Amino acid sequence: MLSEQSSSTKPGLPDNDETQVAGSPDHNGVGPPPLTDADLLEMYRTMVLSRTLDQRIWQMNRQGRAAIVASAQGHEAAQVGAVRALDPERDRFYIYYRELTTMLALGITPLELLLGFLAKEGEPLSGARQFPLHGAIDRDRRDIVSFSNVVATQLPQAVGVALADKMRGEKRVTIAYFGDGAASMGETHEAMNFASIHRLPVIFFCENNKYAISVPISKQMNIESVATRASAYGMPGIEVNGFDPVAVYEAVGAAANLARSGQGPTLVEAVVERFLPHTSDDDDTRYRPPEDLEGIRDLDPIPATEKILRENGALDDALDEEIKSSAQKIVNQATEDAENAPFPEPHDFYEQVYAPGSPGDQS
Amino acid sequence: MAEMTVIEAVREALREEMERDSTVFMLGEDIGARGGVFLATEGLLEQFGPERVIDTPLAEAAIGGIALGAAVNGMRPVAEIEFGDFVWPAVNQIIGEAARVRYGTQGRRTAPLVLRVPYGGGVRGGLYHSQSIEVAFSHQPGLKVVAPATPYDAKGLLKSAIRDDDPVIFFEHKRTYRLVKGDVPDGDYTIPIGKADVKRTGSDMTVVSYGLVLHYCLEAAATLAEEGIDVEVIDLRTLRPLDTDTVLESVRKTSKAMVVHEDTKAGGIGGEISAVIAEEAFEDLDAPVKRVAGPEVPAMPFSPLLEAEFMPSAEKIAVAMRELAAY
Amino acid sequence: MATIEIELPQVGESVTEAVIGKWLKQPGDAVEKFDALVEVVTDKVSMEFPAPHTGTLKSIVAAEGDTVPMGAVIAEMEVDSATAEAAAAAAEVQAEAPAPNRVGTLIQGANVGPTGGTFKDTALEEQLANRTPQASPAPDSTPSTTQTAGRTYSPVVSRLAAANGIDLATVTGTGRGGRVTKQDVQAAIAAGPSTTPTRTVTQDGPVGEDRVIQPSPIRRMIADHMVKSVSEIPHAWSTVEVDMTGLVACRTAQRQLFRERHGADLTFLAFTAYAAARALRDNPLVNSSWEDGKIRLKGRVNLGLAVAAPDGLVVPVIHDADREGISGLAQRIAPLVERARSGTLELPDVQGGTFTLNNTGSLGSVLGGAIINHPQAAIVTTESIVKRPVVISGPDGDAIAIRSMMNICLSFDHRIIDGAEASGFMQSFKRELEAWTADSELN
Repeated sequence: MLSEQSSSTKPGLPDNDETQVAGSPDHNGVGPPPLTDADLLEMYRTMVLSRTLDQRIWQMNRQGRAAIVASAQGHEAAQVGAVRALDPERDRFYIYYRELTTMLALGITPLELLLGFLAKEGEPLSGARQFPLHGAIDRDRRDIVSFSNVVATQLPQAVGVALADKMRGEKRVTIAYFGDGAASMGETHEAMNFASIHRLPVIFFCENNKYAISVPISKQMNIESVATRASAYGMPGIEVNGFDPVAVYEAVGAAANLARSGQGPTLVEAVVERFLPHTSDDDDTRYRPPEDLEGIRDLDPIPATEKILRENGALDDALDEEIKSSAQKIVNQATEDAENAPFPEPHDFYEQVYAPGSPGDQS
Repeated sequence: MAEMTVIEAVREALREEMERDSTVFMLGEDIGARGGVFLATEGLLEQFGPERVIDTPLAEAAIGGIALGAAVNGMRPVAEIEFGDFVWPAVNQIIGEAARVRYGTQGRRTAPLVLRVPYGGGVRGGLYHSQSIEVAFSHQPGLKVVAPATPYDAKGLLKSAIRDDDPVIFFEHKRTYRLVKGDVPDGDYTIPIGKADVKRTGSDMTVVSYGLVLHYCLEAAATLAEEGIDVEVIDLRTLRPLDTDTVLESVRKTSKAMVVHEDTKAGGIGGEISAVIAEEAFEDLDAPVKRVAGPEVPAMPFSPLLEAEFMPSAEKIAVAMRELAAY
Repeated sequence: MATIEIELPQVGESVTEAVIGKWLKQPGDAVEKFDALVEVVTDKVSMEFPAPHTGTLKSIVAAEGDTVPMGAVIAEMEVDSATAEAAAAAAEVQAEAPAPNRVGTLIQGANVGPTGGTFKDTALEEQLANRTPQASPAPDSTPSTTQTAGRTYSPVVSRLAAANGIDLATVTGTGRGGRVTKQDVQAAIAAGPSTTPTRTVTQDGPVGEDRVIQPSPIRRMIADHMVKSVSEIPHAWSTVEVDMTGLVACRTAQRQLFRERHGADLTFLAFTAYAAARALRDNPLVNSSWEDGKIRLKGRVNLGLAVAAPDGLVVPVIHDADREGISGLAQRIAPLVERARSGTLELPDVQGGTFTLNNTGSLGSVLGGAIINHPQAAIVTTESIVKRPVVISGPDGDAIAIRSMMNICLSFDHRIIDGAEASGFMQSFKRELEAWTADSELN
């Protein structure tokens, strides 16, 4: 039921239960198990929490507490759909700075994320040495990695990660998240090329929000869809409506199955909108026409998902109220706790430049 | 013990480490079927198979990034950049990322990779097959940078580099590949990273060098010995971390210091060593620190007289040594 | 009448602001140009700021204790129209030519965020405000590990010492670990053969052995000059006693007022210079020079004042000293002596002298026989002022009084001057010195 109603791959492709995968010579395109209402409700809860936290971090930047924030508003459905199709305990997540919802979906708490935005002691990815969402989570907990802010460097790295898994015969998927701007970087193409040659278990997940800071998609590429590039590398490419969490789930799920069965990488493009400027340092009124900015909020995936859940009888006023107020309470508490946390002192400033005790170690 | 060239020593180290540790694998252009353009990896594809000796597309950034990803995920990749002159696309991944992985994750992820880089000139390589690019890497905390000059050092240091838990840039002077022959112990031995080696003891001056021109320093020292000047020659072997203790101990003994490298002078590692000597051994100096280095042109020219103008030689080094001795 | 603003002028190169000290005039007070108006304190200079115009102090704008930048308005004065116009014209000239700000200034509060925005970190400000200040680590003053048991000398120290004949073993090191710094050597050079009694030459080495000191270049010059003087000029000497009681009383009574009026210290030297200059004017033969068998009588009285300077005795010159009143002399002497003592004299300062005055009394001497400053004709010393019991002849006979007595000693070129001329000069000198009383008007 769910998949029929919400399957919204690009017009022109067959509209059936099995998500069609175009481009690959031997695509199997076996989709993931269908989502239940309970699944979708959980995804909705995560999206609401993400939106609440998102609004809070933006506030905190304006108050002078959070130096730099990147919003995921408009991306929530795509991010929650992709994680749902993967295994947080087994798979590997090479993220970039806009993956707030992904982090929550993977079990990183609002407090932990706020510690990052406020650059406080105890931040779990880098000890606040890095911008928020950068560093790496403890391997035992989740394999979430973002080594830097340099755009697209994570793609070849994800390919190397997948290569190691393949060499060890481990059936894990590595997903590399990136935006439409990163799609132009040379390393993106080198990564896709290599992954395809060696049939590596990688999902290249592009969240195309049509702007790389201020550069619109029309100046970024001379094609309509990032997904069509996949065929240039001999791998499948799927373009999907990023506002539809179920559609994204199905696309990523199909890609994951290909990867796990040794059939190599897939390029999944989730088309979304960026509701807010690039980051808190940006002013998108400088380059986006006002009609643009007004119209996109109509596509908001959170009320759209709410509507579907209500129509399915899985969500009523009471439950919705509980979800929203609970999210607010959690975010409020996390805000207070993060504000009270201290800044890290430089007592371990020289630690982990090199392996402890090795030549060059000054700690 | 066997006598072998630098390239043979490199190959032996790679083979032994691949045999010893199944997480060690190699990737690079032409390293498999061709055995490497210098034959550094000859026979390794046959021995270890294409899964562990990977011929990559012509894509240095990918070589760097994929090596990094594999290293982060439990492997010990040894990536080759075919010529140092082509390393720049990989710098985004090596200097920009690999060097900072450990620090940026507080050690939650580490990058035990080796990047093997043939460098240096004197082979009629022209502007794009002769470059000395060491200092770009030796300047970056988080990287280790090694540059052996002898077969003995090459094998021992490459083994250490592969076993090291941090990213190591392993510079092999391409002219030494077949030019320098020496004794190399059979079997397993390592040389510690971060330790210089006094290749010739002396009392009148300290000459610090590395790579091909270390051998020219030794030749010049032999010439000067006949003139009654006793030169101590130190082979740095590691460019980061620098073994300043060995250098300073020598300078305190001789009171005269000189650094010799093929890389161009301004901003080269000779400046760093001179600064350390000035900071730590000022009161032991009897003369200013001297540097003999490549000239301030963008790269080494192709035609032979032009190349010779660029390259340090035993004669040029001997002249500088005499000047320093006479100060 | 018009009101003009009084601004704090630039007092030193690197000084950008000053603290206002005590106001020496109050609103309503009449102010003469050059009257001391207010005390101004900066890092390097503590000074009295003189009124730039004559008029009345109208109001005080910068109060005592205020920190004001150079150029700030500190007071207002009522002046006559002519003065106001002149002041305005001067200010305009200054305003027309502002120095270009080539360095740039920091704009407080201008923020740049991580990627180009304008983020201002309020959380950090709060945390920093709440922190207990950490003591900053003391600079590393431990001796360098490379220092050997003996002392090592840097190249510049060795070079300076060799060029100036300094034995480094005698120099106290104030650098890290007791090492001799460049400044230590420079101080040793400056201290040189000083007249201060505190300086001792220690005798290192085995007892009884001689030690040889290399003279500095300045010392050598002085030595040569002295030899030339005594070998060429036949010296003769004459000493006269002077009753300085009146002068002492004059000085004591008028010092404060003199300072306030003239902005300079009323020193003994000012008096003696004044007196000597007048005596020279009246005794031209003493103000002359033996030149190639002829006597050249000098047209001007350029009075040299012997001053102990860092490199040795120097003789800066007050040109046309006879044309100055005491205040003029006092005002000229102070900066000249200061320049001499700090080693910053310039060539014009020491050229053209025709006679030399040496205040050896400051060293405790009561009788001297100075060597003439070749090629001058004479030199006079003013010795210590000592209270002595003296016989005073009065209408009622002789009595003993306690008087402040000072010897003046003349060394003169006997080719030019005989006893009579010497005596003439000395009596003139004495007369001038004894003319002052507590009530004297000092011009």
